[in-house]
Amino acid sequence: MFAFLVRRLGQAVIVMLVISLLSFSIQDQLGDPLRELVGQSVSEEIRNELREEMGLNDPFMVQYGRFLKNAVQGDLGTSYFFKRPALDVIMDKLPATIDLVIGATFWILLFSVPVGVFAAIRPHHWFSKVAMGVSIVGISVPVFLTAIFLIYLFAVELGWLPSYGRGDTVMLLGRWKTSLFTLDGLKHLLLPSISLASVILPLFVRMIRSEMMEVLETEYVKFAWAKGLHKRRIWMIHAFKNTLLPVITVGGVQLGIMVAYTILTETVFQWPGMGFMFLEAINRVDTPLIVAYLIIVGLIFVITNTVVDIIYGMVNPMVKITGQ
Amino acid sequence: MDKLLLSVKNLEVVFPLRTGAVTAIRDVSFELNQGERIGIVGESGAGKSITAFAILNLISKPGYLASGSIEFDGIDLAEADEDLMRQIRGNRISMIFQDPMMTLNPVLTIGTQMEETILAHRDTSRDDARKIAIEKLKAVQIPSAETRLDQYPHELSGGMRQRVVIAIALLTDPQLIVADEPTTALDVTIQAEILELLLDLCNEFDVGLILITHDLGVVSQVTQRILVMYAGRIIEQGSTSSIIENPMHPYTKGLIGALPEMTTPGEKLNQIPGVMPSLQDIPSGCPFHNRCRYIQDVCRSRLPDLAKREERLIACHFPIQYD
Ligand SMILES: Nc1ncnc2c1ncn2[C@@H]1O[C@H](COP(=O)(O)OP(=O)(O)OP(=O)(O)O)[C@@H](O)[C@H]1O
Ligand SMILES: [Mg+2]
Repeated sequence: MFAFLVRRLGQAVIVMLVISLLSFSIQDQLGDPLRELVGQSVSEEIRNELREEMGLNDPFMVQYGRFLKNAVQGDLGTSYFFKRPALDVIMDKLPATIDLVIGATFWILLFSVPVGVFAAIRPHHWFSKVAMGVSIVGISVPVFLTAIFLIYLFAVELGWLPSYGRGDTVMLLGRWKTSLFTLDGLKHLLLPSISLASVILPLFVRMIRSEMMEVLETEYVKFAWAKGLHKRRIWMIHAFKNTLLPVITVGGVQLGIMVAYTILTETVFQWPGMGFMFLEAINRVDTPLIVAYLIIVGLIFVITNTVVDIIYGMVNPMVKITGQ
Repeated sequence: MDKLLLSVKNLEVVFPLRTGAVTAIRDVSFELNQGERIGIVGESGAGKSITAFAILNLISKPGYLASGSIEFDGIDLAEADEDLMRQIRGNRISMIFQDPMMTLNPVLTIGTQMEETILAHRDTSRDDARKIAIEKLKAVQIPSAETRLDQYPHELSGGMRQRVVIAIALLTDPQLIVADEPTTALDVTIQAEILELLLDLCNEFDVGLILITHDLGVVSQVTQRILVMYAGRIIEQGSTSSIIENPMHPYTKGLIGALPEMTTPGEKLNQIPGVMPSLQDIPSGCPFHNRCRYIQDVCRSRLPDLAKREERLIACHFPIQYD
């Protein structure tokens, strides 16, 4: 286990280095940071002095090294717009995004397994056919259309649910603001989380169904029938456990991709998370904030993938994570 | 007096495919006594596996049993409901599959896959199930049985895995084992070991055996009686020794002539010319006629019945005579 973890963490660090290098090099492509800082009226000499002072004239690798050194200490630069450390700005917004992701993950976990497994076991049942039809629609309709449709139906026409914002929140441990524990907060979360899940959930349902159907055709499942096991055991232990392996791998990546979809969802619902913030940061050419966002999202990706790999290793006996 | 264990009558299995219904086996009838061992031989696609799976009502979809009766120890399996079938499968009739690399579930330990079989059929504790599992692993001569239980299939060699599969088949002391090509996927040296083991165990526990194979050499070692199948039908049936020595159907004779032992070293194998017709276009008359050396006009037009000749059942208009 220890050796596996060390190796996996080593890979994670390398990936993070690459992500940080890419994010940092974007900075140069986004225009002169001085313009954002001091405006038009300052003379060229003073600008050059400032540049020299800020190290902007140093070679790229020197600048990157400095950036990395600061980043490791938790300093990802200062947002031009908010005039505060970029990391602080993001940490303010992160809880809202996490709420949204938790909400969507809840729908995915709640529905993907039962629906996918049922559709695999009873492919000709009307429910399976309806589920497959709906899932195609879910996958092909873009998130923002689903979101607008949901707002129109449940907020505008029926007036049952709020259409924007987070609603009431509570503070956890003095710094984590969440809507998960108030009724009003949950009401606000309902539509955004469904929108976010609307693309990923159908993908999971279809993936579980097709993997499971494949597994049901294998020799070892036939052998399980020939052993006279109860069908529930054959489906849930023999077939489903083998279905899980590919689903975990692909599913982990999908959960990471979900972070990208939060940008769209948060924008439509004006959800004050870091996706919404990112879009604003792009509009304001707030370079440090953009770079910080990319690095944090990269970090989330790397962490999910590492966790997924570890879970995969625990389910699959062919992977030795108990390195003796 | 031998007690009748299994009586199969006029089995017909149909696959309704998009291109039309295909009858995979038809008119398959045979009997098996308690503790008797029979072999089913024939080329690939002859319907051997379908016959085996039909007995346990495990034909893969969309195939189904179109007609026939399967009487096992007084129970009509063709009419049995799913719950009764479950209680018979793996309990009173066990199966052994062809490829031990694919038969065992890769994510479950050997112990789990053995214990669950016992628990599905017996009202015992997990501990007792484990004891039975260890005992059967010892019966199939697997060294250090206790540690095997906690291992996964990929930690065992092919031969070892087939021993595990045989041990699983023995767990519930069945009356009948159906083995579908149990040695085809194994090394030649291991094949002989496994066959011998199977034979010993069947003798020791008085278990009936249906051994499916396309290798006549294998059946002649193990079985007392042989069924020869061709294009979904039984075409010859009789005691193993008489069929090997005096095959009466030209197809059986061809199969025996094609055995490597029957060929002088260095010469080509005496393969039967041509291939078995696909089920969609079985020729009229005798299905074997276009590959037969002894063909006469009537063979093209009339299907020969499976008729009794001496101690033999044979479906041929002109069986080979011996004196
Ligand atoms: N799932 C299926 N769908 C359609 N036809 C099938 C199916 N399974 C078997 N058949 C038909 O039944 C015939 C007999 O198949 P079977 O598996 O019993 O052959 P076999 O004698 O066991 O051959 P082998 O030595 O290759 O195992 C095949 O030729 C095939 O045409
Ligand atoms: Mg077969």
